[in-house]
Amino acid sequence: MDVTAEAKQILVQALGKMYSSRSQRGGLRLHRSLLLTLVMKSARDIYHSVRLAKEMEPQSSQQVNPTEEEAQDRSGLPLPEVSTEGGTRDCYLLCPGKENISSDRVSRKRRSATTTHPDFLPCKKAKLEFTEVSRVLQRSSTNCGREMDSLCLVQVPRTMVSY
Amino acid sequence: MGEDGESPKINHSFLRDYVTEADVISTVEFNQTGDLLATGDKGGRVVIFQRETESKGECEELGESGEYNVYSTFQSHEPDFDYLKSLEIEEKINKIRWLPQQNAAHFLLSTNDKRPEGYNLKDEEGRIKDVSTVTSLRVPVLKPADLMVEVRPRRIFSNGHTYHVNSISVNSDGETYLSADDLRINMWHLDITDRSFNIVDIKPANMEDLTEVITAAEFHPQHCHLFVYSSSKGTLRLCDMRDSALCDRHSKIFEEPEDPGNRSFFSEIISSVSDVKFSHSGRYLLTRDYLTVKVWDLHMDKGPVETYQVHEYLRSRLCSLYENDCIFDKFECVWNSNDSVIMTGAYNSFFRMFDRETGRGVTLEAWRENSKPRAVLRTRRVYTGGRRRRGDVGVDSLDFTKKILHMAWHPAENIIAIAATNNLYIFQDRVKPENQ
Repeated sequence: MDVTAEAKQILVQALGKMYSSRSQRGGLRLHRSLLLTLVMKSARDIYHSVRLAKEMEPQSSQQVNPTEEEAQDRSGLPLPEVSTEGGTRDCYLLCPGKENISSDRVSRKRRSATTTHPDFLPCKKAKLEFTEVSRVLQRSSTNCGREMDSLCLVQVPRTMVSY
Repeated sequence: MGEDGESPKINHSFLRDYVTEADVISTVEFNQTGDLLATGDKGGRVVIFQRETESKGECEELGESGEYNVYSTFQSHEPDFDYLKSLEIEEKINKIRWLPQQNAAHFLLSTNDKRPEGYNLKDEEGRIKDVSTVTSLRVPVLKPADLMVEVRPRRIFSNGHTYHVNSISVNSDGETYLSADDLRINMWHLDITDRSFNIVDIKPANMEDLTEVITAAEFHPQHCHLFVYSSSKGTLRLCDMRDSALCDRHSKIFEEPEDPGNRSFFSEIISSVSDVKFSHSGRYLLTRDYLTVKVWDLHMDKGPVETYQVHEYLRSRLCSLYENDCIFDKFECVWNSNDSVIMTGAYNSFFRMFDRETGRGVTLEAWRENSKPRAVLRTRRVYTGGRRRRGDVGVDSLDFTKKILHMAWHPAENIIAIAATNNLYIFQDRVKPENQ
């Protein structure tokens, strides 16, 4: 249980750091946000794999192997949505999704509107207000067709329209 | 910085608590001859020290070299605001780089998060300061009105960067320089401020696919077509600009496979390279990650040829360092003039030097309470087990607020400049008279 408790603590701290860095002078630091995100992923993956290992001891089942960037079947640990500012364009979502990635959607690479989106124009997605999330997600092309639980303050449609 | 002699009654911790954030030094750099030393701080100011030349070469009793005194101070960057993104732009100077001197004027580049700027410094009148009154250690003070240094209107290289600029590097051709932010590297001509050429772009089409950012970049000291950049994943990429206009594809990638035994929650954070420096010879690369400094041979990309532990005793404490944010600290590293010694900073005002020939490391301290002027620096030790010696510091007693992040080594001599919060320490090799 030690590892899972530590993982949880790290996750909680990472979220706290992400939130507090939003109000930092100079805007959100991309490097720092990325590292925090990687730590969160690490902690989340370890947490889930330890829990799965415990639960599946008597039965044999396929263990979900988390990939580096894609959200897989997540259960247990709810995570609110996280966004990055300071030059990044998109909401970086870490949400627990109840659905699996179907095999025909293995590659979640989307042709983002950001390729045609000039850097110097304001990006409304950078705004970190939860009430605007749904509007933002509907406007942007996103591969995140995941349900979010009540911890994420907004209910979003299950399937997002890509461009 | 004009501090007078210490009285034992002064409570330095009181003073420490009141250090203005703006005075914290954020970069230190010698020029090519070592006669000028520039520092930048969080308040956007640049302070330049000049080495006194009168006593240089003279055989005094102790064989003293010239001291550094303030030559010029100016405001390089001001706080700014990006109205489109509603973001403040910090005035903190991230890097200063000198250009090779071509005439009587000196030229340097300084950059904050967004914008490199170039400054011309010219002596108005060459007055020689009288240094015969120097009898004790002086923290340099600004002497009014004698020497006028004119700082010419600057060149502003704007609108080149969307993300935070972390590095600038002057090319050996003396005409161009690069500036690197988290995702892109641009090349500029020193005389052209309204456009730059993008040479590296690692921004993914989908920002959700972002896995690494650029952390530092530098031109090769001799080959004007080569540069290197480091990433948050701990890799180094050597790029050749003759290959293609856009150097997204590296010519060589240097990475060390991760040791699975050391895997932890924080492996990604501690493997992020915070600084990369070419050796003076151009043959080696020096990198700093959170716990180590590594020397890489350009001819071998499988892994570093030398690895030095800076503070391995912190590996078991990564969790608390993560909690107090110290794990995100970015330390710099430097070579000495003949590439035989490397140096980097640590916590508790400690900095480390490693002799590449013997492989041995030494810990030194930049803290005025523990050293008198002109005294020889005593080596320090962090106690990690075994026999405890007097003066050893326990790991739990380390002060993580006193971090040595920025430093510079004189290009030709054994003179080092260490930035410790708002203080600048200059240490010189004591030259024995019989050696002169």
